[in-house]
Amino acid sequence: MKMSQNTSDKDDQSPSNKKNISLPISRVRLIMKSSPDVSSINQDALFLTTKATELFVQHLAVSSFNNGSGKETNSLSYSDLANTAEETETFHFLTDILPKKILARDYLKSLEQMQEEEADY
Amino acid sequence: MAERPEDLNLPNAVITRIIKEALPDGVNVSKEARRAISQAASVFVLYATSCANNFAMKAKRKTLNAGDVLAAMEEMEFERFLEPLKEALEVYKKGQKGKKEVSEQKRKDKEKKSDLESDKTREEEEEEEERMEEEPDAENEVEEEEVEN
Repeated sequence: MKMSQNTSDKDDQSPSNKKNISLPISRVRLIMKSSPDVSSINQDALFLTTKATELFVQHLAVSSFNNGSGKETNSLSYSDLANTAEETETFHFLTDILPKKILARDYLKSLEQMQEEEADY
Repeated sequence: MAERPEDLNLPNAVITRIIKEALPDGVNVSKEARRAISQAASVFVLYATSCANNFAMKAKRKTLNAGDVLAAMEEMEFERFLEPLKEALEVYKKGQKGKKEVSEQKRKDKEKKSDLESDKTREEEEEEEERMEEEPDAENEVEEEEVEN
């Protein structure tokens, strides 16, 4: 994990400003190609997907910050993101990878409740 | 192909910079939040690709094009991205054209000099270009690819 960060950080800095995208196109292509149905992608489509991903990152961060609890403390936390994924229609597809966190204590309690309900039958 | 799972991550430094630029100054973004946004971005790419690919398949095309990506954005209800995307694409295309004219001449000069050298660099540019060859206008794109890097 660390290694890949280091190598990719370096080569992303310089070409970004010229092209008005910051994310590495080659990495985005790799992700796109990991989808089995995709045979080839033209340069414009690749550029657009990269740009769209940047817009998406901005949009997700800003929405989560604005809806979140961190406005007073000037912070953005994981739970702000998880809430946004759950509450905002367009971000619903993220609920799987942004699950809401729940304390083990609460989970056990709800498990107990469920068992009690079953026992009632 | 991605050989290691982390190949499917986007570089954290770049993601962090994009987040910082989008939020008001001085907002503290937790490490966990940054990682989550980065993962969300990868999922977004996959989702967009799959939507765009559906449009290409419907039209019986093998190659994803700009129209497919824009249609995917609409389907995903990210219409708000359409205008900025179209604008960015215009700028990008203009840039490519300009570069191409300049590089055309350079390339011709270079080709004469160093066939051997360019072979080496081409190998380093990986199989990416090989994949491009499936496309009708592969030659142009290979050129553009070289100019960018």
